[in-house]
Amino acid sequence: MSILIDENTRLCTSGITGREGTFHSLRNREYGTQVVAGVTPGKGGQDVEGIPVFNTFHEAVAKEGANTAMIFVPPRFAADSILEAEDAGIELIICITEGIPAHDELRVYNTLKKNGRSRLIGPNCPGILSPGKASVGIIPASFFSQGNVGVVSRSGTLTYQIGNVLAQSGFGNSSIVGIGGDPVPGTDFIDVIGMFQEDDETELIVMCGEIGGDAEEQAADFIAEHVTKPVIGYIAGFTAPPGKTMGHAGAIVSGSKGTAAAKAEALEAKGVKVGRTPTQVAETAVSLLGK
Amino acid sequence: MDLLEYQGKQLFARHGVPVPTGQPARTVEDAVAAAEAVGYPCAIKAQVQIGGRGKLGGIKIANTRAEAEEHSRAILGMDIRGLTVHELWIEGASQIDAEYYASVVFDRSAKAPLVMLSTKGGMDIEQVADEDPDAIATLHVDPLLGFQDFQGRRLAYEAGVAADVVRPVGAMLAKLYDVFVSEEATLVEVNPLIITPEREVKALDAKVTLDGNALFRHADNADLRDLSAEDPQERMAKERGLTYVKLDGNIGVLANGAGLSMSTLDVVAEAGGRPANFLDAGGGSRADAITSAVEVILSDDKVKAVLFNIFGGITRCDEVAKGLIEAFKQINPSVPFVVRLDGTNGEEGRQLLAEASLPNVHTESTMDGAAAKVVELAKAA
Repeated sequence: MSILIDENTRLCTSGITGREGTFHSLRNREYGTQVVAGVTPGKGGQDVEGIPVFNTFHEAVAKEGANTAMIFVPPRFAADSILEAEDAGIELIICITEGIPAHDELRVYNTLKKNGRSRLIGPNCPGILSPGKASVGIIPASFFSQGNVGVVSRSGTLTYQIGNVLAQSGFGNSSIVGIGGDPVPGTDFIDVIGMFQEDDETELIVMCGEIGGDAEEQAADFIAEHVTKPVIGYIAGFTAPPGKTMGHAGAIVSGSKGTAAAKAEALEAKGVKVGRTPTQVAETAVSLLGK
Repeated sequence: MDLLEYQGKQLFARHGVPVPTGQPARTVEDAVAAAEAVGYPCAIKAQVQIGGRGKLGGIKIANTRAEAEEHSRAILGMDIRGLTVHELWIEGASQIDAEYYASVVFDRSAKAPLVMLSTKGGMDIEQVADEDPDAIATLHVDPLLGFQDFQGRRLAYEAGVAADVVRPVGAMLAKLYDVFVSEEATLVEVNPLIITPEREVKALDAKVTLDGNALFRHADNADLRDLSAEDPQERMAKERGLTYVKLDGNIGVLANGAGLSMSTLDVVAEAGGRPANFLDAGGGSRADAITSAVEVILSDDKVKAVLFNIFGGITRCDEVAKGLIEAFKQINPSVPFVVRLDGTNGEEGRQLLAEASLPNVHTESTMDGAAAKVVELAKAA
């Protein structure tokens, strides 16, 4: 088992004819993901190395049965593309694009929530990898193997770093989910942690948070109430000064709110072990699962 | 992007939010001319992005031309909590019957705008929230529906504003919400929102934060950046398209990706060091970006040692190594470097560095090892 993506994923990439869109769609296909279509308005009828390109998501769904979308278009077009995918009936939308205006994200989030048909992962995320089954996005799949650790993270490279340390300790992954570093993520820690709790293959959950917002604090409460599997936390940004955006639009300590220390404390108060460094996360995993 | 008070007020005026009339000035002469145009008494206000400037002498009332000149001279160039005053705003002094607080904030947790109103204006609102949370009326707005008139009335009644200004205060909140949405702000705050003896509702201050990601839709606002408030290294990095935040330590840090960059600072701190900066070289760091980054890091003369922490995903370690070799050709740094290359093409990257045998460059294969080494080097320097 795995969560969100697997052998049944039928992927359609929005922006497939762009440089990044092409590169990563082909990498995802190489990994084994069924990349069944792409969308670029005005380029319908073309193909990208055999992947048919359509003018609209609606066509991609009707003709190729696409059920998952990957959004690779520039920020100013991304909200529109997500809403189009949702309107076409795509259930899972993964948005890699970074730099989408916050008010666009607000509008998209609330529209998807109201309609209740689609789940959005991201924006500003590296995507999802279910090792051995499917990869959607830009996670470098070669570092990860199939296993029993579920990882959910707000950051891309930090996920690779922690995943790599875990791999060196002998762990593989059920799924790795990047929820993104923006202020309004379509999917939060609690959603993904809830899925890992239900997933048979996942025996340990690792969540990588960072400064800003209160998603980690919400996760702490959720874990205490609903999660029986062991959870290890990691929070980046203990040394971040207040009022500064640390690379990710969502990574900012506002006044006294959203600090790493407060998040670590909230998680530890609910029994989640929090590693202070990526290495400590792996050591804790070893002590919990006994590799 | 944080606006200065007068820039916020100019935005307000475009959306029909009543503000005192005034003019900005960058010299004493211009300030006096502005005061003459506005009339006396007038308020001379330091334009800095920091709260509490009134208590620190950054706001003064002038009743005559001589006072206007005296106060402008005193305030221009003054230091307010580390920020130098480069600009003034001169506006007609207001008569105040009551001071309220109003704001629209981007509530990430609820994923909706939050509108707040309180009759305890003119003081630190975080303090009011701590000591007397019931004094602040709040409600969330459905961003798909927008702000409704009844919400303005409800907030006004719940906050307990004077009965005769319930409707005008409600209307003011609707206008502030309009500013928030139309200008794509993440914060619109008025403290104080005043009631004059004539029972007019006016914004006496303006704190506006605009979403930098939305500036492509607001060409006028893109020019409002307050260059004087920016740190020179931060400005240099921005011009080169790098994400850089200045910190106060002596270890220059470069990593790839926001999360790993933050994590690297933490690991350096954990090892007993003090990072001089946050620098995210980006997800697909190329050689020229690395050269630029080294220049920015070394332009801070407090830096005694530099750590490169790269975990290659999309970024290829051999590209990073090439960038570093190129940077050394151009710059010839005088401080030691510790370079950790792991992930995609890590082996090739380390090989390239070994062959180049750059002076004073140490390679490490783990993040912890690299942090320990750079801390040791910085302490020895």
